[in-house]
Amino acid sequence: MLKSEDVKVLGSWSSPFVMRARIALNIKSVNYEYLEERLWEGKSELLLKSNPVHKKIPVLIHGDKPICESLVIVQYIDEVWSSGPSILPSDSHERATARFWAAYLDEKWFPTMKTIGLAQGEDARKAVIPQLEEGLVLLEEAFGKCSKGKPFFGGDQIGFQDIAFGCFLGWLRVTEKMNGAKLLSEDKTPALLEWAHRFCSDAAVKDVMPETDKLAEFSKMIMAKMRAAATPKS
Amino acid sequence: MADEVKLFGMWASPYSLRVELALKLKGIPYEYIEEDLSNKSSLLLKYNPVHQKIPVLVHNGKPVAESSVILEYIDEIWRDNPVLPQDPYDRAMARFWAKFIDEKIQPTARNANLAEEKEREQAVEECCQQLKMLENELQGKPFFGGDTMGYLDIAALVIAFWFEVVREVVGLDLITEERFPILCKWIGKLQDIDVINECRPPKEKHVNYVRARYEAAKAAASN
Repeated sequence: MLKSEDVKVLGSWSSPFVMRARIALNIKSVNYEYLEERLWEGKSELLLKSNPVHKKIPVLIHGDKPICESLVIVQYIDEVWSSGPSILPSDSHERATARFWAAYLDEKWFPTMKTIGLAQGEDARKAVIPQLEEGLVLLEEAFGKCSKGKPFFGGDQIGFQDIAFGCFLGWLRVTEKMNGAKLLSEDKTPALLEWAHRFCSDAAVKDVMPETDKLAEFSKMIMAKMRAAATPKS
Repeated sequence: MADEVKLFGMWASPYSLRVELALKLKGIPYEYIEEDLSNKSSLLLKYNPVHQKIPVLVHNGKPVAESSVILEYIDEIWRDNPVLPQDPYDRAMARFWAKFIDEKIQPTARNANLAEEKEREQAVEECCQQLKMLENELQGKPFFGGDTMGYLDIAALVIAFWFEVVREVVGLDLITEERFPILCKWIGKLQDIDVINECRPPKEKHVNYVRARYEAAKAAASN
């Protein structure tokens, strides 16, 4: 039986990717030590040593082994703590579907959302919203197929796809708030709207999901920093 | 009932090659369907509506898209000659480095090849640093997978063969014997493997294809 000191997570409260690792550990009831990185003050030695390649959070440190990249971490957690509730579906085709949508979120949907932060001017920001909405409609459809009438993508319990998508809900709500938009709506994504509430209330999620207001404040601060950095110096 | 396996692919795509190789290494019979990417078939659009890209594996009528997702699927369904390691930590490392190849090495190599002269040195340096990190994973082993090829070797084939073709077209030699002796040795081993030679794009055809795309990219960049 591993002691809690044997599992560490290096992370940041605002990072959706860090949330994935923490939710996965919570599902498996694994005790772990959480170490908050203050990214704007410089990266810790432990982070630089455990993730020399990317120097990014999350990092899972299991014993003396660091594992990086959030989806790699979640799969690792699922495979190591195999006696706990399963995170990936048991059916191979369903597993492939879950991985497919996780890749879509990371490679297409979330990068699109991030462009809103850097977009100069309200018009540029508003142009991105329909792209995000289109993606959410695809996910609404996927939810119908994967959940088969059950509360989560993973069925009765939250699973890989729930974690991969749900971690972005905090930032999704900030985006809605700051742009006066409704990304998840009764109109186009009714099932996801309800799923979002269930996900955020889940025992494995609620303590690691950041509050929207706190995230919004943080977002304003980093957007200001990013714009200042992007402004050409004369 | 026998399994029906179809692969929608494209002869010059490294992602398509990954899937073909995995199927061949496991001895899985399949039907290969060559897609004309300028005129995608309605079947491809039906099986991969989200991305409309190859490769797509269709197993008994059910589609699986994204090369890394397909490789994991193949490994789970056909358990002989596993492509991924058994140990969870080793699996995590294979997945990590495969992602690194696709998200870091490939884009920086592309930048280095398309860079204007004044930016080229820096772009090449960045790519070489990343290649060095990957090469370190080969230390003491003939293949990334150990004694035999595995998931990461399959993912890294793009470095072995596509980089060579791009070098012929662009003239930029990223993987020199001097700088990457271990990677070069690994590439040498791959060239002796029959099953790889069966699925590799034919050299001359590949060079012409890449040359046409490179010239188009250069033309687009200068407009």
